[in-house]
Amino acid sequence: MKPPPFTYHSPSSVEETLDVLAETGTDGKVLAGGQSLIPLMNMRLAAPAHLIDINGAGGLDVLRTSDDGVRVGATVRQARVERDAEVFRVQPLLRWATGFVAHPVVRNRGTVVGSLAHADPAGELPAVLALLDGTIEVVSRGARRTVTGRDFFAGPLESSLEPDELAVSAFFPALPDRAGASFAEVARRHGDFAVCGAAGLVELDDDLRVAAARVAYVSVGPNPVVLDLTEACGHRSPGATDWTRAADAARGRLDPGADIHASAEYRRHLAGVLTARVLGEAGARAHGAAASGDGAHSGALR
Amino acid sequence: MSEDVYEIRLTVNGVPRSARAPARRLLSDFLRHDLGLTGTHVGCEHGVCGCCTVLLDGAPVRSCLMFAVSARAHEVTTVEGLGGPDGSLGPVQRAFQECHALQCGFCTPGFLVAVTALVRDARAAGRAGPTEEEVLEGISGNLCRCTGYQNIVKAVHRAADLMAEHGAEDGGEP
Ligand SMILES: Cc1cc2nc3c(=O)[nH]c(=O)nc-3n(C[C@@H](O)[C@H](O)[C@H](O)COP(=O)(O)OP(=O)(O)OC[C@H]3O[C@@H](n4cnc5c(N)ncnc54)[C@H](O)[C@@H]3O)c2cc1C
Ligand code: FES
Ligand code: FES
Repeated sequence: MKPPPFTYHSPSSVEETLDVLAETGTDGKVLAGGQSLIPLMNMRLAAPAHLIDINGAGGLDVLRTSDDGVRVGATVRQARVERDAEVFRVQPLLRWATGFVAHPVVRNRGTVVGSLAHADPAGELPAVLALLDGTIEVVSRGARRTVTGRDFFAGPLESSLEPDELAVSAFFPALPDRAGASFAEVARRHGDFAVCGAAGLVELDDDLRVAAARVAYVSVGPNPVVLDLTEACGHRSPGATDWTRAADAARGRLDPGADIHASAEYRRHLAGVLTARVLGEAGARAHGAAASGDGAHSGALR
Repeated sequence: MSEDVYEIRLTVNGVPRSARAPARRLLSDFLRHDLGLTGTHVGCEHGVCGCCTVLLDGAPVRSCLMFAVSARAHEVTTVEGLGGPDGSLGPVQRAFQECHALQCGFCTPGFLVAVTALVRDARAAGRAGPTEEEVLEGISGNLCRCTGYQNIVKAVHRAADLMAEHGAEDGGEP
């Protein structure tokens, strides 16, 4: 179908964008990559009276990497983040997770920040932000705030952004030393939204025993769910850890919903399987990174 | 609601083009209806089928998930731009023909455009062509109801061969 009529704005700066957002209020929507918003408009599930296209706003197409982490500007495409070698070195989980977002052609246009702002519980990147305790930088006319992943996701397709606010960037902290990460999901076909997905992070102590193990889940609740499964891992070395105990703990603590794609019971089962899989892989990667004394480069060992 | 109409100027297949259209005109419809380039096909209009794939400044994108007004001043390549100026088939088109990689042909423009970028990128990275895994990933966003995909996969590899031959003939990159 065809999208309904709207008034198009193409501000040439962030300041101008904020002015338009303030004027249009609840009638306005930001247009970033359009890979979620335009399908909704084509299907007439969304009919914003004003579209504010930020692709020409300038200053938002910035991808900055430091040893602390990766800052992704609002118009940086998912494909760019996926391919960037520095991003992969600092936080490899971004490449692994982004590879599950739709298809390569869709990722050429879709943005990382748009994916977060869209707040789809089936989205991979919200789970990554939540797992890593990342933040989103939000501005409106005369104000600026930094929002944590935990506070940003307010429900299915609902972020805590106010109508006059623009998310200007997202920050994904670096992979710590002696740590490993992993992403896995089950979908009907590769590129489809996940029936269930999991992002795992394992950190080791000086004796190379599991010091922290966390998993963020995709498609198991209205928001990304993060579980701390450190206790269930038993503080052993990754090779000696029984990851199925962490999987059992996760199954007990998750409360997935049912929909046409899967029953709650099947989702809980998948969540357990994926928990063991991502923690096992993240643990092995953490061990490889620690053994080579080169935490930040663990991604290269995959 | 009376809609504003925009003068939309962009480059299509190397030629400056312009037409007037409202902001809600999808790039796919702009190409087909306003510019008369009906090679770009439209299947689902929500990003799933890949029929409408075009190159935007060289990168394959869904033309049904973009407004024409957002493409102002950009360069678009459609399936019509993949052949030679004399109407001869380009290497990817020839590979599809040789490998019987199409039946009804509805999906073909989208595949041709996506595959053109896929093979180009692998060659730009100094390789002979995309790996089998890259081919499967690269065409995963294009649906074909006829062929069963096997011959399309073969055609991608064949296209890489043809481009290598073509490149060798010209003594350089095409
Ligand atoms: C076939 C297909 C399959 C897909 N599969 C997946 C998948 O498996 N996993 C997945 O996570 N996604 C998937 N997607 C959606 C993904 O591709 C989108 O890119 C992403 O969800 C939204 O990013 P965008 O830049 O396209 O945002 P848009 O569509 O432009 O915007 C989405 C929403 O976020 C708001 N927004 C965007 N940027 C900002 C900003 N900077 N500040 C404030 N608000 C903003 C918009 O107003 C809108 O409400 C799929 C899409 C398609 C077409
Ligand atoms: S018509 Fe654009 S993806 Fe189907
Ligand atoms: S050849 Fe008929 S849909 Fe692909």
